[in-house]
Amino acid sequence: MFWDEEMETLPRDELKRLQVERLRQTLVRASRSPFYSRLFKRIKLDPEKVSSLDVLKDIPFTTKEDLRSNAPYGFLAVPKEEIIRVHSSSGTTGAATPILYTRSDIDRWADLVARCMYMTGVRKGDVFQNTMGYGLFTGGLGFHYGAEKLGVMVIPSGPGNSKRQIYLMRTFGTTVIHILPSYALRLLSTFEELGLDPKEDTQLRIAFIGAEPHTEEMRRRIEEAYGVDAYNSYGLSEMNGPGVAFECPHKNGMHVWEDSFILEVVDPETLEPVPEGEVGELVFTTLTREGMPIIRYRSRDLAAVYPDPCPCGRTHRRISRIMGRTDDMLIVKGVNIFPMQIEKVLMSIPEVGTDYQIVLERENYMDKLIVRVEINAKFFEGDVKGLERLRRRIIEELRSEIVVTPEVELLEPGSLPKAEGKAVRVIDRRG
Amino acid sequence: MAHQISVFAENRPGRLRKVTGLLAEAGVNLRALTITGVEKYGVIKLLVDKPDLAYEALIAAGVPAKKQEVIAILIEDEPGSLYKALSALAERGVNIENAYGFLTHESDKAVFVFEVEDPKQTVELLREMGFKPLSDAEIAAL
Repeated sequence: MFWDEEMETLPRDELKRLQVERLRQTLVRASRSPFYSRLFKRIKLDPEKVSSLDVLKDIPFTTKEDLRSNAPYGFLAVPKEEIIRVHSSSGTTGAATPILYTRSDIDRWADLVARCMYMTGVRKGDVFQNTMGYGLFTGGLGFHYGAEKLGVMVIPSGPGNSKRQIYLMRTFGTTVIHILPSYALRLLSTFEELGLDPKEDTQLRIAFIGAEPHTEEMRRRIEEAYGVDAYNSYGLSEMNGPGVAFECPHKNGMHVWEDSFILEVVDPETLEPVPEGEVGELVFTTLTREGMPIIRYRSRDLAAVYPDPCPCGRTHRRISRIMGRTDDMLIVKGVNIFPMQIEKVLMSIPEVGTDYQIVLERENYMDKLIVRVEINAKFFEGDVKGLERLRRRIIEELRSEIVVTPEVELLEPGSLPKAEGKAVRVIDRRG
Repeated sequence: MAHQISVFAENRPGRLRKVTGLLAEAGVNLRALTITGVEKYGVIKLLVDKPDLAYEALIAAGVPAKKQEVIAILIEDEPGSLYKALSALAERGVNIENAYGFLTHESDKAVFVFEVEDPKQTVELLREMGFKPLSDAEIAAL
């Protein structure tokens, strides 16, 4: 049941002591990097003297921009010849930021991923098909090394070529798969085309569906269609990649491996810690990394910490699904609004259809928030009165959630453009 | 009682065209049409010869549509006839919510179509008053 029982079930006070000791070591190592040596001098921090986690409060956050502007070696804390691997973030929001790993970093990372996989029930003898992209992206090689460490047979199929994926699954009797949730659903049509039922015609029993935000409904659909247990996974290349947080068999939140990372949750605006259980931005500090220690990294990912202990016995705290990213945050009339707040309200009103759009405009120097929603044809009552009642109700419910009073436009079903993949929900015309 | 089809449509070019196109394809003939516009959207009300067919064609195309009971009465095409009918209804406290009218091919008759809160009761009243509310079949035959 445990890959590393002692570490996974370490009592909280011991875990905290371990964190303090590892933080001290991390800060000492970090002070050898150009970036942190400058920073620690500036804030007059002596890493050797660190004896409590409270020191973190005095260290400024590290941001994506810091990583980018100090690339490629500004964060390097060991002689360059100690580095045996480089990965980078996907670079979807700007230039890619390289992450540098020593041999020990790769080993520890693989061990964490093995811990995650073992936790969900993967054992020697399983056959693991990894449909994630190999290369600079951490999702492919991260799981590959973790699976090898655990001792399962790995099929490094990489992404795409659906017929070959199914062929591999059937030829080698794949039991565990790592797959994007959206691809898992798309792959079903290829199964159908081949006249195969993944429940009957494969031996799949476990799926890892990370790297892409998804809902509980999506997990259930994948579990039902494939006859598997599907587990959510969280990671970011700045913190190695996959293996930062992972679901246990209770599938209720992801355990953050706190022997390897310090997790803080802060209000993205004030940067103050949020009360436990509330949604905020996840901030991570590496605790074992040699090549490139990173202190208080703002992940931009929003989630909440579950304060209560998990029945599985692991003492490492759990985080919720990722609720969004701070990059998504809109500031309207000085108020912070996350599109997910608007989505939550809209999806709770049955008369609202599946698609919506958030438009921001500026009129006479004033922000205007327009929410355009497709109506659900089933609920159309045939008159303007009912529609106006619905429109006012949407305005009212949105206002009580986001404080700002939006304009609401009702649209015909299918009126908004359907994007391939992620739909464009926010249009900001305030320029 | 007669039926009309109400359709939700955005207020932008081509929406009415789409609706009438679907009806044409289904072989539905229009008797009368009215639009209530509210800034960005509107509701189109259609009186047609085959309301069931029209409704199914619209729903099949994903158009938000509703088939509703409506009252249609035949009146004389002459000054004061609508006034007479409405006076009788007003005296009995019947409130008219949406209404439209059209002429028939018979040059001396017009049709007045309207919605009320309680159509069944209103139909009773109209019968007592000597008006004959039209059925779908009668409207189709006009």
